[in-house]
Amino acid sequence: MTPEPRLVEVRRKVLKQNDVIARELRERFASAGVFVVSLVSSPGSGKTALLERTLVELGARRRVAALVGDLATENDASRLARSGAPVRQITTGTVCHLDASMVQRALEGWDLEQIDVLFIENVGNLVCPASYDLGESLRLVVLSVTEGEDKPRKYPTIFDTADVAVITKIDLASAVEFDWDAAEQSIQAVRPGMPVMGVSAKTGEGMDRYIGLFDHR
Amino acid sequence: MHELSIALGIIDFATEEATRRNSRVTGIHLRLGPLSGVVKDALLFSYDIATADTPLAGSRLVIDEVPVVVYCPACREPRTLESMQHLACPTCGSPTPEVREGRELEVVALELEP
Repeated sequence: MTPEPRLVEVRRKVLKQNDVIARELRERFASAGVFVVSLVSSPGSGKTALLERTLVELGARRRVAALVGDLATENDASRLARSGAPVRQITTGTVCHLDASMVQRALEGWDLEQIDVLFIENVGNLVCPASYDLGESLRLVVLSVTEGEDKPRKYPTIFDTADVAVITKIDLASAVEFDWDAAEQSIQAVRPGMPVMGVSAKTGEGMDRYIGLFDHR
Repeated sequence: MHELSIALGIIDFATEEATRRNSRVTGIHLRLGPLSGVVKDALLFSYDIATADTPLAGSRLVIDEVPVVVYCPACREPRTLESMQHLACPTCGSPTPEVREGRELEVVALELEP
C-alpha cells in the first residue's frame, strides 16, 4: 500500500516575482518624480493614435517619454518617435502582455530624472495584461466607439484593474450609433465609480480634459 | 493566453519547495479568483503540457475557485457575488466598488511524497 502524500501548507502568490519588481519600479518612479501611465485595450482601439497626439500636446509643456509593447513590429515606436519624445519599443515576440521585468529592462540607460510623464502602451489585449502590475501610477483602459458598448461586461477583469476608462474615436460615434448611456452603464457595472472620458485623437475633441489627467502631476 | 507562463511559475515555485524539503511534488493546490485574469481550464491544460517530461509529470493541479466578495457600503456587510459582470450588492442593489476577494492567484498547499 502506498502511503498517503503529505500535504504541506504554503502561501505564495504566483505572480509574486512580478509584484516585487513592480513595487521596485514604483519606488524608482516616485523618487525620480515620474508619473507613469499605462494604456490597455483591445487591438485597434486607437491607443497609438491617442498616444501620438498626447506626446505632442503634453510634450509641449512637460518632458514626456513612452514605452510601447508590440508582438512583432516596431511600427508603433516609429510613429510615436515622430513626436520627438524618447520612445522605446518592447517587442514581446509571442508574449501577449507586458510584465514588470520587461519594463525594467526597457528602461535601462534612461535617466528617469529627465522624464515627467512616462506612458507605457501595453500589447493590444483585454485579457492577459490584467494580471500584471507594471509599477504604473495610473492605468487607462481604452475603448473605441466602434467596439460595442458591452465590452466592459465581456472583459470585467481588465476594467477592474484600471483607473480611468477612455472612449476613443468619438468623431465616429454618430456614424456607428454609439450608445453613450449603454457604455457608461456597462463600465459602471463592472467598475462602479470609474471616471469615463471621451476623446478623438483625430479632431482633438475631449483632448484637453484627457490631458488634464497627467498635466499637473 | 498567458496561462502557460503562469503554469511555469507555479511549477518553478513547487519544485523549489520540494527540493528544499527533499521530496517530490505529487500535487499543487491553488486558490483562483475570477478577477485574477486566469482561466481555470486554460491553466489546467497548460499545467499538463508544462509538467510533461519533468519530475512533476503526472502530478495534479487542484484548483479551488473562490467567488468574488465585495463590501456593500449601504448594508455594511461583505457580500458574495454570483457574477463579476455586475458589481452591485445582491441584497440592496448598491454599487460595490470595494472588492475584498476574487483576485487570488496563489499556491496554498503542496502534496509531497511521504
